[in-house]
Amino acid sequence: MGGALTERGTSLVPSDLQIAPARRRRERLIRSFFLAAAGLSIVISGAIVLSLLGNALYFLVHVDPSALFTDGWFPRRGMYDIATIVAGTLVISGVAMLVAAPLGLGAAVYLSEYASARSRRLLKPALEILASIPSVVLGFFALTWISPNLVQPLTGAPLSNMASAGLAVGILITPLIASISEDALHAVPSYLREAAYGLGARRRTTSLRVVVPAAVSGIIAALLLGVSRAIGETMIVAIAAGGTGGSLFELNPLEPGQTMTAAMTALAIGSDSVRGEALTFESLFFVGLLLFAITLGLNLLSDAFVRRVRSQY
Amino acid sequence: MTAPVQALSARGVVERRLRSDGGDRLGLVLQVALLLSLLISLGVLVVLIGDIVVRSLPVFAERPVDFLGSALSSRPARAGILQGILGSVLLMGFVAALALPLGIGAAVYLEEYARDTRAARLIRTNIRNLAGVPAIVYGLLGLAVFVSSLGLGRTLVAGGLTLAVLVLPVVVITTSEALRAVPATIREAAFGVGATRWETIRSHVLPYAAPGILTGTILSLARAFGETAPLLMVGAIAGTFTSTAIGDMLTGSYTALPTIVYSWSGQPQDEFRALTAAAIVVLMVVILLVNASAILLRNRYDRKW
Amino acid sequence: MTESGDPVTVDTHPNTPPMGEQVHDSAPTIRRVDSAAARTAERPASEGIAALAADNAVFELDELSCYYGAFRAVRDISLAIPQNQITAIIGPSGCGKSTLLRSFNRMNDLVDTARITGSIRYHGVDLYADGIDPVEVRRRIGMVFQKPNPFPKSIYDNVAFGPRVAGFRGDMDQLVESSLRRAALWDEVKDKLRSPGTALSGGQQQRLCIARAIAVEPDVILMDEPCSALDPIATLRIEELMRELKEKYTIVIVTHNMQQAARASDLTAFLTMGDDRAGYLVEMGATDEIFTRPQHQLTEDYITGRFG
Repeated sequence: MGGALTERGTSLVPSDLQIAPARRRRERLIRSFFLAAAGLSIVISGAIVLSLLGNALYFLVHVDPSALFTDGWFPRRGMYDIATIVAGTLVISGVAMLVAAPLGLGAAVYLSEYASARSRRLLKPALEILASIPSVVLGFFALTWISPNLVQPLTGAPLSNMASAGLAVGILITPLIASISEDALHAVPSYLREAAYGLGARRRTTSLRVVVPAAVSGIIAALLLGVSRAIGETMIVAIAAGGTGGSLFELNPLEPGQTMTAAMTALAIGSDSVRGEALTFESLFFVGLLLFAITLGLNLLSDAFVRRVRSQY
Repeated sequence: MTAPVQALSARGVVERRLRSDGGDRLGLVLQVALLLSLLISLGVLVVLIGDIVVRSLPVFAERPVDFLGSALSSRPARAGILQGILGSVLLMGFVAALALPLGIGAAVYLEEYARDTRAARLIRTNIRNLAGVPAIVYGLLGLAVFVSSLGLGRTLVAGGLTLAVLVLPVVVITTSEALRAVPATIREAAFGVGATRWETIRSHVLPYAAPGILTGTILSLARAFGETAPLLMVGAIAGTFTSTAIGDMLTGSYTALPTIVYSWSGQPQDEFRALTAAAIVVLMVVILLVNASAILLRNRYDRKW
Repeated sequence: MTESGDPVTVDTHPNTPPMGEQVHDSAPTIRRVDSAAARTAERPASEGIAALAADNAVFELDELSCYYGAFRAVRDISLAIPQNQITAIIGPSGCGKSTLLRSFNRMNDLVDTARITGSIRYHGVDLYADGIDPVEVRRRIGMVFQKPNPFPKSIYDNVAFGPRVAGFRGDMDQLVESSLRRAALWDEVKDKLRSPGTALSGGQQQRLCIARAIAVEPDVILMDEPCSALDPIATLRIEELMRELKEKYTIVIVTHNMQQAARASDLTAFLTMGDDRAGYLVEMGATDEIFTRPQHQLTEDYITGRFG
């Protein structure tokens, strides 16, 4: 520490206003470490897109276009009907959202507008536990409990069906939707609630007519993110939807079906033997790119809604 | 509207109005419906845990130690999950050693060093979106980059790298959030007495943000522990460890606990259902313990200052 | 506020060019700086700013403008701040007082879009020249903030942090004690040096922040509305402390509170906002003269409460 300028009228030279060289060097070194970490993270992000693009483009260039529009998804026979796996994905995501949207939103409104502070302290961690269950576990649960105990007795569907998988995916994304919507409801300023109560509104009116509309952007964001997660969910579908290997085009949720994600796992598990055989290896990346593009689009859209919430309050 | 009120006994009317709030049946119905949606979600959790524990009981009743300590086998009576536990622990080691320093470092750079330029904002958006990319797509990255291009093959190293990349954006995001929660006045105070940026970060910003960073990273590790799809893509499914020498474990074929759950769940025999449930119990115990410790940590440090 | 203030600006300065030329061509302002400094330093007046710069000015500002991006927050300020005096900067809110103060120790560097034109010389050295390290600048020019901001650490560590990073090798216990004594806090905290600084009362916290600032042996202490979050008794305590500290330090204080400026400072600079919302210097002089015989109508309107 250089001495203080206690004597009157002392003049400084510029070098007095510098720190010790060692201290400056250390500062620069550490900064470059952090910069390298940030840079590497970005390189990795780029690598994802590039690795998908390269193989996916190879597939698109070499595939016979008519193979993309056939009766079903049987990659080992050169039938790459994209509609089949997109349909399966949509059916399962649809079932999932039928479950998760009401449950997640209901839970969010209850937690944010009705629950006492004490019950919230108990219920929120419980939801967090639900959120922490690995999807492979929910897949097993769908196959061994949901299907035989709920879906089969009611409908007589086969053990592996898209409805059971969809229900399990719904359970998986319920906590996600609940927690993001709750954040959005929580962000509604309390003066809006007070204004409503001040006019003599009941709690029901306040929460449904004032708070939920005010948080609608955040709620839409939560639902979009939920759809995105449902579309990208893999293990539940791979275990419980019954689309091993290939599948015909199917829109009935009570039948087995194939999704983009399950098609990818099926290919990858057998891809040792598959490599070199026509385009199966590359088709994996084409489906991956499609999945990436869809989920990225949904996430960006959801992001835009979240930003709208932020700019409002 | 005021005229009839004045015509009647004002006091009586006011009293009746003030007391009438108990009759909002619709409100009650709504409240019950909302509560029900929450309870259904949590009810599923209870059923799930109960069902799986019951299914696993035969295994834990007959051969608890043997189950945990045995290798994989196609004969249900001899099959165990030791290989999976070893594989998952090693994978987590990779994730912790790679994703945590990189992710925390990247977040520190983005929050504390980088100027708020358009490029920085673009990178932040990019990382946020990476966190929403389906796990299986990370598996494809691992397959293309680590398994094929880098020639690592279907090894534990490739699997570990893949999971680390998967977790990285989550670590960056949670660390960034924790850093942003540090009041600007603390940084100003440190700069104001002549601290450099790193001195400010090390002595004040990181300690203040540590509980948040720790909680977030622990939760992301728990998530990686149960992650299955990307491991299937990079070949953890068919493999087993052929020896327990560390070098062989890293460079040979491997497996992990969640992939064992997956491959067993596809076996038709009833005995494998029990084994799958038992493996799930082990998986869930680890994940719940890790989560619980993260939540405890958060609650404890929340009130420190 | 801008809307209501604008006509006043135009009416009272019909001959003022819009871009604030009055600031540095207004010789009276600078002479008044000089005479005030001369009065307190017991030297003959009217030697001009050059003489002042040579042996008594800590800061000399020459046409300093501060920008945030394209917005100019402070425009063309030229003034000198003498050593071992308390200089108050007053003016309506939003006129750039804090921005000006933060340019003195390069705290504005922390805002990405901030930049300056013109110059600030500190003991003759241009603070914004290449090779000047803001870290060392801030070590020599300490700062006390609007809201007390002790580190969430012990009282001892709050004071010891600055010297530690500056490489202090002496007796830390003694330095902590002397800093706390000079900040008039020692007697209240000597038995609880290990307890968190955040547990103190607001006034004590602000004195802890002053102790923290003086522990690195600065030359100047900048205070950014240090009492705005404090009650009247704690405020008086801080003002009393400032008078003691000026024996050793040069103090520049930004304040909203005109009574505080009148009570505690030797010199006062009055800033206000122009049509472009940029703050500019109206006049600067000895505090009692500014408050009793302001040269400008704007100053008089402000101190008598007719504006701002």
